Amino acid sequence: MKIIKIDKKTWADGLERLKNQYRVYGPVKEDQGFHTYQPLQDGQQPDLNCLNTRLSPKAIVHPQSHPMFEYSLDEKQADHHIMKPVEAGEISRAVVGVRPCDAKAFQLVKLNFDTPEYKDPYWLNAYAATTFVGLACNDPCSTCFCTTSGCGPFHEEELDILLIDMGEEYAANILTEKGAHLAGAAGWNAVEEEMGMDGRLADQKQAAEAKIRSFVKTDRLREVETTALYEAPFWEEIAFSCINCGTCTYACPTCWCFDIQDETHGQSGKRMRNWDSCMYPLFTLHGSGHNPRSTKIHRVRQRFMHKLKYFVDKYDAGIQCVGCGRCVRLCPVNIDIRKVCGLMNSYDTSACVCPTP
Amino acid sequence: MSECIDRIKEISERLLADGKVDMVIGFRKGTLPMMNEPCFARRAADTVHLVWDSNCGINLANYLTDRKEKIGIIAKGCDSRNIVTHIIENKIKREQLYIIGIPCRGMVDKRRIADRFGGEIEDVFEETDTVIVKGEGTEKRFPKTDVLQENCRICIHRNPVIYDELAGDLVEEQADVDRYEDIRKIESMPPSEKKDFFSNLLSTCIRCYACRNACPLCYCPTCFVDESRPQWVGKGQDPVDVETFHFLKAYHCAGRCTDCGACERACPVGIKVRLFTKKLEKDCLELFNWEAGLSLDDRPPLDVYRPDDPDNFIK
Repeated sequence: MKIIKIDKKTWADGLERLKNQYRVYGPVKEDQGFHTYQPLQDGQQPDLNCLNTRLSPKAIVHPQSHPMFEYSLDEKQADHHIMKPVEAGEISRAVVGVRPCDAKAFQLVKLNFDTPEYKDPYWLNAYAATTFVGLACNDPCSTCFCTTSGCGPFHEEELDILLIDMGEEYAANILTEKGAHLAGAAGWNAVEEEMGMDGRLADQKQAAEAKIRSFVKTDRLREVETTALYEAPFWEEIAFSCINCGTCTYACPTCWCFDIQDETHGQSGKRMRNWDSCMYPLFTLHGSGHNPRSTKIHRVRQRFMHKLKYFVDKYDAGIQCVGCGRCVRLCPVNIDIRKVCGLMNSYDTSACVCPTP
Repeated sequence: MSECIDRIKEISERLLADGKVDMVIGFRKGTLPMMNEPCFARRAADTVHLVWDSNCGINLANYLTDRKEKIGIIAKGCDSRNIVTHIIENKIKREQLYIIGIPCRGMVDKRRIADRFGGEIEDVFEETDTVIVKGEGTEKRFPKTDVLQENCRICIHRNPVIYDELAGDLVEEQADVDRYEDIRKIESMPPSEKKDFFSNLLSTCIRCYACRNACPLCYCPTCFVDESRPQWVGKGQDPVDVETFHFLKAYHCAGRCTDCGACERACPVGIKVRLFTKKLEKDCLELFNWEAGLSLDDRPPLDVYRPDDPDNFIK
């Protein structure tokens, strides 16, 4: 739409003005040394020097624990044993400093929560109430592989504004109506016309993309036969070190799975929706006691097959991964999706021979 | 310590070539600096991939649970103590194992190094007692003793307690180590302060269970937090449920924990979960003069009755 120039000296004032209309979230440094997205208090600034947050911003739209309904078991109450929706009281929210990969992830997650047959009200309402103010990555990390997983350090999809750090000022690329409204609320209105920033931005974008050092190949994933890939001999080796924790899935901006649980305290309770992880045996345990994914090989294979094969086949929207590198950095035993993607993409069923003892 | 690798490869290759074991469990080089990945070798030729350096902090005893094969396993001090615990608890048989013992000088703390280095780390390598960290255009050198994992800094069992063959010369054990400075500090807090301290400590937990799953002691077929009939704890982010998980997990490790540090190393949000297990370790030492995993012949204090038990309630 248009590019606005924001002098860094007036940046904080604009953010404070925003807080009158929005609940503003941004990266904040925790005592433990890493960053998380948090609602910013009056006078509190987001730390935009943060390379990226330890966990993705998905929780702002899809919280780890979320009450859907509440109920009473007290038969003296007229509405006992009736599920009543918990009013979310959605207020407008702005997330400032979202990295382009994390924003792109919302598009992939939306494929699950917004379908022709089913629309998830919790996710969609929270998403509709949120304005995403992105921050382009001038200096991507060594584990970023966004340019080969459907986005890039200056990627714009799902963002309402893309901020680009130009040194003394931010160039704010207003991308949607929501973004224009937010810019108005912040008082950011210095339209950039003369400085020819477009040229500078293009150079900066190119320079950032050139700094990406990590890549995945995904060109053959669609054509490799699903059952052959499922039976591939490399899964035992990939899965061996896995301890079946949920770190990769909880850190991932594109993992969306959840579980529903009733939590009753005395006579009242809540029906909760909590994140769940395909790494846990309980995820697939049937009421009968049978578990179709009873071993960790099943579970590790499921995670990678879902992200890199089933998703690719089902949606034709690339891989279910935006290359943020969180799982690569946080896996306690160094299982690396880049390596697994390489094995899957290059798998040649005709060359499959049993290993000689 | 990396000098052990030639011996490790030589022993592993021989064991596999001679058919003494079906597999050797060790480490291979990871894809990131300061990360090695647990791996197995089933053929003598596969042993070329094995590595050993100060980035092998994961406890390999965790990979032995209920396995049926004959296994060669690489074991530093703490791994060996967890192997002992595994054998005592019938999770593996001594006859199934060929233990390749590694006298250990400690593992480095990748987060401490990242903090002290500042920027993006491209490569890390070590010379005898120095860790050399390289980034874009910069290089920093740290004495290894300054960047050890906290549990390694205060370790008093660096040599393996059980082994079939050693891959290096035994090292001198650290003496005059104060293992419980932090625990005494917490013990001296009044209850309300303690409660706040623990709540704050656990406030970033995401319940990924990496601490539990990295721990060789946590092998229950169904963990109490996963039980549904009855359901002991809620599964959400309610602090009471999060704290219940951590406290009970620690209690389940009482008298069994070797302070290998696998839990803290695995935690994606840097929670010092060892503060719980170390308190119980200290209690076991003071009450029963017990340290876990030192001998195959002694039963752990929580599975024996002694008429001279120091607590009155049990008599």
